[in-house]
Amino acid sequence: MAEVLILFAHPKFESSRVNKALVEKIKKRPGVTFHDLYEHYPDFNIDIIKEKKLLLEHDVIVWHHPLYWYSCPPILKQWIDLVLEYKWAYGPDGNALKGKQVLSVITAGGSRAVYCAEGNNNYSVNEFMRPFEQTARLCGMTYLPPFTVMGTHLLAEEELQNYSEQYDKAISLLQQGITAQKLGRCDYLNDLKQLHNSIIK
Amino acid sequence: MSGSILFEAIIFLAGAIIFVPIAKRFGLSSVLGYLIAGMFIGPYVFGFVGEEGEDILHFAEFGVVIMLFLIGLEIEPKSFWHMRKSIVGMGGSQLVFTLALSHIAFLFLGFDWKVSLVVSMAVVLSSTAIVLQTIKEKGLMNTSYGTASFSILLFQDIIVIPMLAVIPLLSNSNPAASTDTHEGEVQTYLLEGLPIGVQTLAVILSVAIVILAGRYLIVPMLKLVATTKLRELLSASALLIILGLSFAMELVGLSPALGAFLGGVVLATSEFKHELESNLEPFKGLLLGLFFMAVGASINFIVIRENPIMIGGLVAGVILLKALVIYLIALLFKLKMDQRLLLSIGLAQIGEFAFVLLSFAFQLNILTREYLDMMLVVTALSMTLAPILGIINERVILPKVGTKESEKRPIDHIAKSHKIILVGFGHFGSTIGRFLRSHGVEATILDHDSNRVDLLRKMGFEVYYGDATRIDLLESAGINEADLLISAVDNPDTTMNLVEIVKEKYPHVKLMVRAKSRYDAYELLNSGIEHVYRESLDTSVKLAADVLTQMGFRKYSVYRQAQNFIKYDEDSLKRLADKPKDSREYIFQAKEEIAEQEKLLEEDLKRGFIEADHHWDSEQMRLQKNNSEKKA
Repeated sequence: MAEVLILFAHPKFESSRVNKALVEKIKKRPGVTFHDLYEHYPDFNIDIIKEKKLLLEHDVIVWHHPLYWYSCPPILKQWIDLVLEYKWAYGPDGNALKGKQVLSVITAGGSRAVYCAEGNNNYSVNEFMRPFEQTARLCGMTYLPPFTVMGTHLLAEEELQNYSEQYDKAISLLQQGITAQKLGRCDYLNDLKQLHNSIIK
Repeated sequence: MSGSILFEAIIFLAGAIIFVPIAKRFGLSSVLGYLIAGMFIGPYVFGFVGEEGEDILHFAEFGVVIMLFLIGLEIEPKSFWHMRKSIVGMGGSQLVFTLALSHIAFLFLGFDWKVSLVVSMAVVLSSTAIVLQTIKEKGLMNTSYGTASFSILLFQDIIVIPMLAVIPLLSNSNPAASTDTHEGEVQTYLLEGLPIGVQTLAVILSVAIVILAGRYLIVPMLKLVATTKLRELLSASALLIILGLSFAMELVGLSPALGAFLGGVVLATSEFKHELESNLEPFKGLLLGLFFMAVGASINFIVIRENPIMIGGLVAGVILLKALVIYLIALLFKLKMDQRLLLSIGLAQIGEFAFVLLSFAFQLNILTREYLDMMLVVTALSMTLAPILGIINERVILPKVGTKESEKRPIDHIAKSHKIILVGFGHFGSTIGRFLRSHGVEATILDHDSNRVDLLRKMGFEVYYGDATRIDLLESAGINEADLLISAVDNPDTTMNLVEIVKEKYPHVKLMVRAKSRYDAYELLNSGIEHVYRESLDTSVKLAADVLTQMGFRKYSVYRQAQNFIKYDEDSLKRLADKPKDSREYIFQAKEEIAEQEKLLEEDLKRGFIEADHHWDSEQMRLQKNNSEKKA
């Protein structure tokens, strides 16, 4: 079974209704390591050795964060800058992470309708996530279609529960070793048939 | 006019309040202030306190008694064992050489051998009261000079026991039969008239009784008192213990100070050690002051006038002899040059035990009235001169020694002129120095502990030894070329002193200053220092932040708030410091402190709670969205 590492970055987790719901369920899943970056490094002084060791112990890396100004909160950027070292994660002999899978789990206030060519934000979340995608690629990792929870401001309690179950299910699929190829083509992991089967509504 | 106790009390207290601050203002130790006050109020200048001077000396000796009790408390058998080498080694050799040389000298002057021996015994002893008080005031207890002084003094305090036991053996007549008794001073003690052998035995027995009483009488009594939970009762029992010990010792004709010391040692391992210490500390300070004043008052200027050359010669000779012996011993024990000088001049006076020894010998008819008066004057004068010599040593001799030592270092080191000077390398300064060094920044360090200086030099630091408020030292450390001076000094007064000197003489040097408390920070800010670092701020905020995270608050939120709190507290410090203060001396500090806390809490309320932090909080957006959705 594939080991999953969730790198969670939310500067004010205690006030995030949506993320609390998402995390609550996924945290309990066996084989999942939930790693809360802001709680571990409130001073942004990231322990690089420890982070590298964690990465090596897992097969699926999840970047779970809200979308702020079309990007991640600063600590995740700090993490990427510091941990993905030259000659370790990329560059000559930088093969440490080769073959691992990366999944972005994104929460965003705006709905899907806002994040598209016709919407106010002009681009889709996939397009905004290009730097992350390329980062994963440069390290020889497979970047999966992101799992997104959109329009969080308007989510009803029931919808939120659905999302947490979807998240849980998606992770379980990855644990079972489902690779990007087998998933088939989709813009968002949410759109997978396998996930929709499990949705109550 | 000296009949009323109230009047005398007023004279003594007023004398202290007038002269001690004056002495302090001139940078002298408080001991000298008390001594001068005593001389002025004594019978030979203003005559406020007349013939009672001697009685007061007797009463004031109680200060010394309390001090010895407290010293005894400090000496746990364990630390005693730890210091055994320096106590026995330095103390023992000091005793042997001083006693021998002094005995020879007095014999040479034509003294009877018994007189000479007793006087030499008195000469051996230095003043624990003066030396320890001075060392504590200067905060030098942890230097090698401090510990060496303590060792020698301790040995002397102990050696008084056998001395007092031996003196009766020198007596050739029964004291009771003597016609030359002096009213009030001869106590009728239990052992009077007994054979000398029995007396000596009794002395040893009484010491044993003190030790047993401490263990099986005093500790149970304190336990009983402690159950009442009344603080003043503990003070009362502390005083009762000391008075009891003193009384018992006087009864058998021993020094009360000795009994108190023994009592202290016995109680050092009991759980009441700290309780007793804090209860007796104020009594000790006041009574020691009284003691020094009494010494000052007892200087018999008539004896001096009658025999100025003899007295002057004796004082000079005694000081020279004592200083020389201690200097050589310090050399033997490999103390640094400056520490040797401090030690030998520091301990060159004759101590308060001399009063006890000499009076005792007088009672036993070994000394005549003339010898007693003369030696008392010599003792008092040496006690007065010692602090003055100490000052001369520190201001005139040590600076030369200090610079010499720094010249000895390799030339390439001197040539390297650093841009940062770090003053003080204790707990606070060493962290600064280490961190700077980890960045390849080598600060020039000034420190007043020569042993630490040695260690730092071995580690390759550029270190100058001495008092950083000395301009010549600052100059040789290269202050003229320095850009920055860091003050990591512990003592707020020294900090203020240093800062003022640097600001006035070297305005080009940027100052970054450690402050002990809010009040020191105010003072520094008000004197125009921009970069003030309170040692109590960051750490306590960090602790509070950890408490909050332990309770379940998110670390990052608390971290941000902690940073904000520090910033806000620093701002409020600057704001409050701008307001002029009524009194800069903080006489009513306790009252002011409460007012200050009140002000701080009010400011905190105005600032509000951390709920005000709305960053990354989508709640408001959500509400607005929901509202507009509903409208739509």
